Amino acid sequence: MLDDFLIRAALAGIGLALAAGPLGCFVVWRRMAYFGDATAHAAILGVALSLAFSLSLFVGVLVAALAMSLGVLALAGRIYTMDTLLGVAAHGALALGLVAVSFLPGVRVDLMAYLFGDILAVSQLDLAVIWIGAVVVLILLRLRWQALLLVTLSTDLAAARGYDARREQLILTLALAVLVAVAIKIVGALLITAMLIIPAAAARSMSRTPESMAVIAAIVGLCSIISGLSASFYWNTPTGPTMIVAAIALFVLASLWSVVKRGR
Amino acid sequence: MSLISTRGVGIRFGGRRILRDINLSIREREIVTIVGPNGSGKTTLLRVLIGAQSPTEGVVTRGAGVSIGYVPQRLAIDRSMPLTVSRWLRLAGAHQASDRQRMAERVDIVGLLGEQMTSLSGGEFQRALLAQALLARPALLVLDEPTQGLDQPAVASFYRLIEAVRGEIGCAVLMVSHDLHVVMRSSDHVICLNGHVCCEGTPTVVSAAPEYQALFGFGAEGALALYRHEHDHRHDHADITDTHAG
Repeated sequence: MLDDFLIRAALAGIGLALAAGPLGCFVVWRRMAYFGDATAHAAILGVALSLAFSLSLFVGVLVAALAMSLGVLALAGRIYTMDTLLGVAAHGALALGLVAVSFLPGVRVDLMAYLFGDILAVSQLDLAVIWIGAVVVLILLRLRWQALLLVTLSTDLAAARGYDARREQLILTLALAVLVAVAIKIVGALLITAMLIIPAAAARSMSRTPESMAVIAAIVGLCSIISGLSASFYWNTPTGPTMIVAAIALFVLASLWSVVKRGR
Repeated sequence: MSLISTRGVGIRFGGRRILRDINLSIREREIVTIVGPNGSGKTTLLRVLIGAQSPTEGVVTRGAGVSIGYVPQRLAIDRSMPLTVSRWLRLAGAHQASDRQRMAERVDIVGLLGEQMTSLSGGEFQRALLAQALLARPALLVLDEPTQGLDQPAVASFYRLIEAVRGEIGCAVLMVSHDLHVVMRSSDHVICLNGHVCCEGTPTVVSAAPEYQALFGFGAEGALALYRHEHDHRHDHADITDTHAG
């Protein structure tokens, strides 16, 4: 059954959606959208890295994404604000990555696949890596859930309770880097943040607690993957962008629903 | 026994010295209040004590197993995070539902358990913060200007509530306050802070201190008069008669 490329694509997408939903909630709550962008764009640098040193794509992207996010965290607030620094880092990593890839001798790289994903080309090995990564992200979030919520609400409150805000921040950063490394095959560097933010944003209007928002975000992500995949198959559209369009459609529906509900 | 103490604590941010040479100690069941003008380092001192900030000089010693309940000055809950009052209370840790129910009744937010935190009024919000801090049964309750933005009756009832629950739980209380009248009435120990400890002692001692009067002026005298007046009626405290005589 796993020989069928459509089934593999669906399974890969489901793995991504399950992890991106809850992690995306933290990205939304902590206003880390731009931070997510910078981490995701570093993935292109990671692509160059893995091609140049014949590393696996997952390892190269993971290293680049981690280096980027840790670097930004270490430098933020020294001279430039986080926002400015992320602006420099996000576009810098993207441009530098594209230039670096073009320098590689003898490789003809399908850049579109790395920028927008190529979910239909997911192999069985990719599938295993994607699911292991997704499960690692979910386990990290589950183990630190209470601490992460407290740190998100107030670092002082968390400190009084004995939690180390810096450590929890590192855990989120690590989870984000793993997710980026997992997602690059599926939606590509440019659309990873969309998979994090859109399902979480759609879930907000339907939830009353952080936990319900995380679960609903995962479900919204799952629906976007499946419907986007089917739509791209029937209409012969690029798969990654079609899945994001499906997520946007769900977001719009959820927003309309919440307006109607409040109007009553 | 001392719950928490500091020796020679100081804080520098860049070249600026925010706090210097702070020596203090909080004993069980004691109510300690920190007063001081804006920018005197009150919040910074609290952050050092709860462990949110490491001092650049000196040491903070927390007794073994001393838990701290903290009520921050303000808590901005991002509207993107859905959070009911009931879920907020559950953030205090793994407690029985009946404990949460009782605490909610105690601080009078039981009718609000299903509401979103962001929809509460100022007073309700502060009580929800207090309830969460108390649920963990802390040995020390730390409050940073807990009544900021509340109107006069709400301030009075909030402090009455703190005094009452302190009696029930038996915790010490450390708070930063601008409400001098309340401070003078209910504290065991007052620390007047302005980058360093200007003066400290019982409310009567502090309000008579020239350093305190220099910082707070006339209003402070008024608070002292009120304090003396109320307490003279009730009981003969050694401190008070001393001050009268002197």
